[in-house]
Amino acid sequence: MPMGARIRGILLWSVSILVIAFLVLPLLVIVPISFSSASFLSLPIPGFSLRWYEALLTSPVWGRAILNSLIVGVIATVIAVGLGTLAAVGLHRNEFRGKALLMGVLISPMIVPIVIVALGSYFFYAPLGLSSSLLGLGLAHAALGAPFVLITVSATLTGFDANFARAAASLGAPPLTVFRRVTLPIIAPGVISGALFAFVTSFDEVVVALFLTGPLQRTLPRQMFDGIRENISPTILAAATLLIVLAVGLLLTAEMLRRRSQRLRGIS
Amino acid sequence: MPGRRSDRSGLTMDMMAAGETGDLRASLRRAERARTLRGLGLALPLILFTLVFFVLPIAGMLVKSVQNGPMPDIMPETSALLQAWRSSEPRGVPDEAVFAAFAGELRTASQNRTLPELATRLNFENAGYRSLLMATARRLPDAPVGSWRDTLVGLNPQWGEVAIWAAMGRASPRLTEGYLLAALDHRRDDNDHIQATDASRAVYVTSLLRTLEISAIVTLLCLVLAYPLAYRLATLPESTANLLMILVLLPFWTSLLVRTASWLVILQREGPLNQALQWLGLIDQPLELAFNRPGVIIAMTHVLLPFMVLPIYSVMKGIPSNYMRAATSLGAPFFTAFRRVYFPLSLPGVTAGCLLVFILAIGYYITPLLIGGANDQMVSALIAFLTLQTLNWGLAAALGAVLLVITIALYFIYTRVVGTDGVKLG
Repeated sequence: MPMGARIRGILLWSVSILVIAFLVLPLLVIVPISFSSASFLSLPIPGFSLRWYEALLTSPVWGRAILNSLIVGVIATVIAVGLGTLAAVGLHRNEFRGKALLMGVLISPMIVPIVIVALGSYFFYAPLGLSSSLLGLGLAHAALGAPFVLITVSATLTGFDANFARAAASLGAPPLTVFRRVTLPIIAPGVISGALFAFVTSFDEVVVALFLTGPLQRTLPRQMFDGIRENISPTILAAATLLIVLAVGLLLTAEMLRRRSQRLRGIS
Repeated sequence: MPGRRSDRSGLTMDMMAAGETGDLRASLRRAERARTLRGLGLALPLILFTLVFFVLPIAGMLVKSVQNGPMPDIMPETSALLQAWRSSEPRGVPDEAVFAAFAGELRTASQNRTLPELATRLNFENAGYRSLLMATARRLPDAPVGSWRDTLVGLNPQWGEVAIWAAMGRASPRLTEGYLLAALDHRRDDNDHIQATDASRAVYVTSLLRTLEISAIVTLLCLVLAYPLAYRLATLPESTANLLMILVLLPFWTSLLVRTASWLVILQREGPLNQALQWLGLIDQPLELAFNRPGVIIAMTHVLLPFMVLPIYSVMKGIPSNYMRAATSLGAPFFTAFRRVYFPLSLPGVTAGCLLVFILAIGYYITPLLIGGANDQMVSALIAFLTLQTLNWGLAAALGAVLLVITIALYFIYTRVVGTDGVKLG
């Protein structure tokens, strides 16, 4: 290998590793601090302790916040997955005038600044009695999460061989059976990773929650937001560490699903 | 005659063929249309849901941005008179009829307890009008002492000036462009001429420009960091690239608040970054990294970087490696080959990534709010402040409308350049 190419290779690797370190290291810094026996936030920690995790898991405020977030997340995910999957199936290989515009509108919740969604919902939900309710927040989050499902399911459908469905139909299966027994198992990885995206979107969303919730509907991100704003304590870092563990789990699940889906569709 | 017969049969066959293809085409089109409609039927629930819980609230916000407020409902007669007065030139203090109507409706509003709502609206025109209105209502006599004009001016000399009447005049119509003007740091003066707001109060355009500036810097930084990484990933074997990609995607799946909290810890005065820099002997005193602009830019770059890596990587993966080899084998030095062959081919990914990161960046709120100082707040924070603290919903909605227009314009360019299929999620 010529000298120039080797130097270029080394440079490229160094830059890439630095960028990956920039992406990952900041997340790892808070993990050790969350196990600190002291209440200040610096390294190295003076001693190991689980007191912040104990404080987190025994606090009724944090418990309530986690429960609220789970409820809202489930409402949002169920709606987003149901509507998003149906729409992806309906719009797949379906060309008509205005489709680009329709897709643009359906995807736009991913793009529109969240504060605008929050402000609009703030005005819109109050007369419907949906402000300061977990259902209202779930509905708003469902609208934000549905585009993710639409995109992931559409992506799985791109590799879906329509002949499977035709074969099933020609053998006499009614459309619903075809969908349930043939289409759904094949697009399942897309549906599940869409569900993960929708759930994370809701579980992580704080701006709409700030506008729409009162003290009783406080969600986990909102609780963390208030905590960071007032006085950032190791309890928040304990919560953050648990969320990082959750993120790793979700990421690995999504990656596994992606590979499985590629295998099923015979791409890789 | 064979010739004739064949002619005729040929003709018949032609006719039959024409009839058949016509039927076939029509029935195909029918089947196609039925399929399209069935598909749309499946998409209908999502379309309706998005319309009701997403488009409608935003449309409501846009309406709020031009809705004027309660003046025409609470003081209908005064409002009507003031609108007529507004068209008079040159404009002096209104005549006795307006004063009399106003005094009557002020008393009614005070009795109906609708006055505070109106006082709040007028306070948006000029801080101080709330107390002027409330104090005047409290001390208003049942009958005028002399004329109503003398009575009101006697209570407060401000009633003898044009300013308060011009403010009430601006509040009189049902619709107003006042909030949108204010969001662009303009206002109507006492003669209804549009003027730039005084520099000391012109905060909204400043905040918009700051938002665009921070977003542009963050986009550029993301591009500089993402491009070499994406190039490395795209030129590695698939399995190694996938492994490294997981590391790129980890922050993407981690809660925004977790990432913001991490940066606060890292950037604080006694944080690990300052410790490391001091240990290395690069600095003597800890640097102030949190609660200022560099902190905001570093944290936002971290949050948005995966959105730049993904589109560039997916475009680069589609560039055949033998293009570069062909160019270098023909004698081009590496950088010439890169500049003339590889870089132009990777541009669609660069465009997609830059637009996506910029669009997402201009809507950021939480990260600048928690990591930035008072002079690093983006327009979203201002909208939230106006909504939740000062309750000036019209102005909040108008500022939201301006932000929405910028976003939609960029999104439109994005769908033109990249297409909605280009929105990929790893």
